[in-house]
Amino acid sequence: MNMHEYQAKELLRQCGVPVPMGFPAFSATAAEFAMLRLPTATAVVKAQIHAGGRGKAGGVKVVKSLSECRAVAESLLGKPLITPQTDSKGKVVNRLYIEETANIAKEFYLALLLDRSLPAITVVASTQGGMDIEEVAAKTPDQIIKVAIDPSIGLQDFYLHRLSIALGLQGTVHAPQFHALLRQLYALFLQYDLSLLEINPLALVGENGDKLLVLDSKITSDDNATYRQQELQSLRDFAEEDARELEAAKFGLSYICLAGNIGCLVNGAGLAMATMDIVKHYGGQPSNFLDMGGGASAEQIKQAVRIVLQDQSVQAILINIFGGIVRCDIVADGLITTVKELGCQVPIVVRLEGTNVDAARDMLQQSGLRFTLAENMADGAQKVVAAANKAS
Amino acid sequence: MAILIDENTRVITQGITGRAGKFHTRLSQEYAPCMVGGVHPYKSGQTVLDLPVFGTVAAARAATGATVSVIYVPPAAAADAIIEAIDSEMELIVCITEGIPTLDMLRVNAILRKSSSRLIGPNCPGVISPGKCHVGIMPGYVHKQGCVGIISRSGTLTYEAVWQTSNNGLGQSTCIGIGGDPIIGTDFVALLELFERDDDTKGIVLIGEIGGEDEIIAADYIKDNVSKPVVSFIAGQTAPRGKVMGHAGAVVAGGKGGAKEKMAALAAAGVKVANSPAEIGALMAEVLS
Repeated sequence: MNMHEYQAKELLRQCGVPVPMGFPAFSATAAEFAMLRLPTATAVVKAQIHAGGRGKAGGVKVVKSLSECRAVAESLLGKPLITPQTDSKGKVVNRLYIEETANIAKEFYLALLLDRSLPAITVVASTQGGMDIEEVAAKTPDQIIKVAIDPSIGLQDFYLHRLSIALGLQGTVHAPQFHALLRQLYALFLQYDLSLLEINPLALVGENGDKLLVLDSKITSDDNATYRQQELQSLRDFAEEDARELEAAKFGLSYICLAGNIGCLVNGAGLAMATMDIVKHYGGQPSNFLDMGGGASAEQIKQAVRIVLQDQSVQAILINIFGGIVRCDIVADGLITTVKELGCQVPIVVRLEGTNVDAARDMLQQSGLRFTLAENMADGAQKVVAAANKAS
Repeated sequence: MAILIDENTRVITQGITGRAGKFHTRLSQEYAPCMVGGVHPYKSGQTVLDLPVFGTVAAARAATGATVSVIYVPPAAAADAIIEAIDSEMELIVCITEGIPTLDMLRVNAILRKSSSRLIGPNCPGVISPGKCHVGIMPGYVHKQGCVGIISRSGTLTYEAVWQTSNNGLGQSTCIGIGGDPIIGTDFVALLELFERDDDTKGIVLIGEIGGEDEIIAADYIKDNVSKPVVSFIAGQTAPRGKVMGHAGAVVAGGKGGAKEKMAALAAAGVKVANSPAEIGALMAEVLS
């Protein structure tokens, strides 16, 4: 699950991490009131969307007066913000964060993430703060410091020294602040089952440039830990998520909408990806990824067909089920009932493998509905591409 | 021979009294007589599927001589179940459970590395040596005893590759689903090593997917260490960036883990890379002929 910047900062604040004062605002009037409460004469108005690159896209602006704050808020709210990380339609801004400004002396990049290849929680840091870290990694990999925390010993002091020395934050002014920050971030990562805790930039601010402050933060938590992180669930912003993906999830279906015209219904994530790949291989364009799980109940099939058909661009559907343990006749029965119920007019190519497959094929063929049976995966992909081409 | 499990393997089920545990243990029993007991902390002394239930893995091991444990315990208790199996020195632990928190698996992995146990999974279909022993949830009948070793991060896509190599007569020595999670117990390399040494295995199918760098590491290993022919397919060539594709570990993130670079690395290592998942069996037959 992703969080907004203002939510991430609230979590950080609760853990004692130094963050600027700021308030979320969902309207232009609220933005003005938020600015009034800040200690600085100027403020930063920041669009809250689940995507990076907001600054470059005009989603982060410094304002010098209440009227300017209002004007900027009005210009952002309710409109899509297109950043290098969003698609071409962008993401609609429904929330703003109004924050005090800071005099920045120096910027750093700091992140805690899970390096799955080790595996270990790894601290990634750089003196090239405020930049796109992937770009820094590509152009100047020597500017990136990585310290993996051995999970069997945890965050020992020597890791802290290694990091502070590498960033030039040693010494009695900086090191104590930086070490405290790292300890807080590591504890937060463990406490909330995070998969990414990114701070970019981490800045030195204040009159003497000697105070560490978190200027921007991105937090992602592990979906597998949802059951024990109920507190985080209140931070979930459903408006940031695809409505159909959310609906599919209610029925245990993993659905992702894509740009093509061939609907895919598959059991199992690997086979679902492979089905999209083979459709593309034969010149078609998949309209979605849909994994019904290793099994596939009649109810799931019904919901899956319904959700795939909500996408108006779908012109043909490929159902690829390697049943194995699942009985194919039950799958076929569910499919026939669903197509009748929904009055589906789109051609459906069905590839079934598993127990009672012959009975299932007979049922589909004798149903009088528009099913085309496929002998195998390649046959199914070719038939569905042909059907989609004919329809378009 | 086959690898990891054979006709002499004795297996216990952790979570045998649960719905999934009971169902799949029964199918494993029907496939081969390898199941010897089960574990549930509060149901010691009961009998399920004609198998004795023990309160701990240690007790089950002592009474049955089992060296393999298969885990169907729900996500919240699965990490503890794996650690118990490690502590009881089970040689092979197969964890089917999907949805274990990643930080739990980080803890498990740290303990696993200091032990002599091998963990397959989690979030995997299990291990089968066709005609000999079945540990997990894969449909037994699609398999056929033969000469292809299969390693895969997926479930049903593995069955697809199995089916293709059964239909063209090659059959399989052992098939292992290593799991779709970001942190898994056994990677491709460890199993490539075992297949390379196994006399029954003439060729190896490696099914990868987007996310992580295991396939790249495998390609590096194959170049210098695997003499047997390897055929590969990487799922997710058409997957969008940044989206988790069903498996928790299947995501192209931070510019890493894309299908193209994995396919290129494998091809450069001499692996026959299938562009279509329907070509896996035919490619294997071709390289073995």
